[in-house]
Amino acid sequence: MDLDWTIIVRNWPVLLSGFINTLKLAVLAIGASFVLGVVAGALRLSRSPYLHYPAVLYIEIIRGVPLIMVIFWFYFLAPILAGRPLDNFTSALIAFIVFEAAYLAEIVRAGIQSVPLGQVQAAISTGLTHPQAMRHVILPQAIRNMIPALVTRFIVLFMDTSLAYIIGYRELTRVARIIAEREFRAFEVYTFIAIVYFVCTYAMSLVAQRLERRLGPA
Amino acid sequence: MLLAGFLGLQYDFRWSVLWESPFGYWLLQGVKNTIILSLLAWVIALVLGIALGILRTAPWRVPRAVATAYVEFFRNTPLLVQLFFWYFAVPQILPAGPIRDAVNSLNVDTPLLTLNYEFLAALAGLGVYTSARVGETIRAGIQSIPRQQTEAALSSGLSLVQVYRHVLIPVGLRIVIPPMATEFLSIFKNSSLAVTIGFAEITFQTQQVNSYTFKGLEAVTAATLIYLAISLTIAAFMSRMERQYAIPGLIARGATRE
Repeated sequence: MDLDWTIIVRNWPVLLSGFINTLKLAVLAIGASFVLGVVAGALRLSRSPYLHYPAVLYIEIIRGVPLIMVIFWFYFLAPILAGRPLDNFTSALIAFIVFEAAYLAEIVRAGIQSVPLGQVQAAISTGLTHPQAMRHVILPQAIRNMIPALVTRFIVLFMDTSLAYIIGYRELTRVARIIAEREFRAFEVYTFIAIVYFVCTYAMSLVAQRLERRLGPA
Repeated sequence: MLLAGFLGLQYDFRWSVLWESPFGYWLLQGVKNTIILSLLAWVIALVLGIALGILRTAPWRVPRAVATAYVEFFRNTPLLVQLFFWYFAVPQILPAGPIRDAVNSLNVDTPLLTLNYEFLAALAGLGVYTSARVGETIRAGIQSIPRQQTEAALSSGLSLVQVYRHVLIPVGLRIVIPPMATEFLSIFKNSSLAVTIGFAEITFQTQQVNSYTFKGLEAVTAATLIYLAISLTIAAFMSRMERQYAIPGLIARGATRE
């Protein structure tokens, strides 16, 4: 077993470009899926069956299938719907947003439901309108309760971006695979990117712990 | 065809690829392999996870640190990277010679499935990754048991091993049934990643069908429905088990961590 760690240094620019592509995908997917997740979570809580049931269907179907399936779905479906081939970044991004939003929707729903009903009643009886109660009383508490679960989910999403590998997007894992195959150095390359992912996710979880301590349960 | 026309799509559906010979047979093989891989990996995850849960709550400093490092590392790196590690990197660090040759050329037909290195790597990757998640869940379960129970058990003359054996493990496992159900569901979904190292589970077989027929959408639809069916079956089974094993007086449906 002779290991050659200089392989990491020699391929530094390629690895860096892969890492930047990973970050790009992760950040855009986190932002957009959060918006879609809040909408889907709110729709699921809606009293109108026309809003409630489609949201339930969407959330439960997505949560019942593997992420790879959703990625393939958009990979095969998007060119047919759009009438032209989509680049793999766009296709992966859409898949991640649609997939993650279903999980985030459940977190949002649980967060809103965690606010005691008495809070709503008190807000209404002090003369606030429903939207005002939502904005000033329910959501601030709900978001506080959601933070730990949200950050955990964002960590999972960050790791899941490695799956964009499968449709050829050149993120960190894809780039690592290319280098490993060209140089026959699988051990060094995969160990290195595992550490890179770990440092990022562990940092995210430390931030989450600090946030949790500072805010505390509402 | 009709559906495509209705949606105004430029796509010619041919659903018969799902049951035509040999594609239908391939898909069935894939289902069987997904189930075998997931169940065996679950056994590994459960055994290792319980051991990790014990080590992380027991008063032995060094084993606790090792178990914590194991859990944090394998929980916080992507499963895909771990699979690549087992499949590509582990053979590289094996000493050149009979062991490495045996690993590279392993191909034994058993009544259940073809035993090859793709399978072993997928099993190791999925098992170890899930064991870290299960270990974390069980640790939380054991720690949620009030301290007084341990103290009462110890002062009634039980040894620490007996306390784990008769109090902490049985109660802890029952407390964590809901989050464990989530993990059990996840292992089936996560097994789809084995496609990347060439293990012939469902996702791999849909790719095969696609590359032979160019009917990827049909094949992916079939696989999606199969995964949904598996998920719904397990969810129904687990919710029965939750009710059966819930500890009276506790709120059984605790927070699940995804």
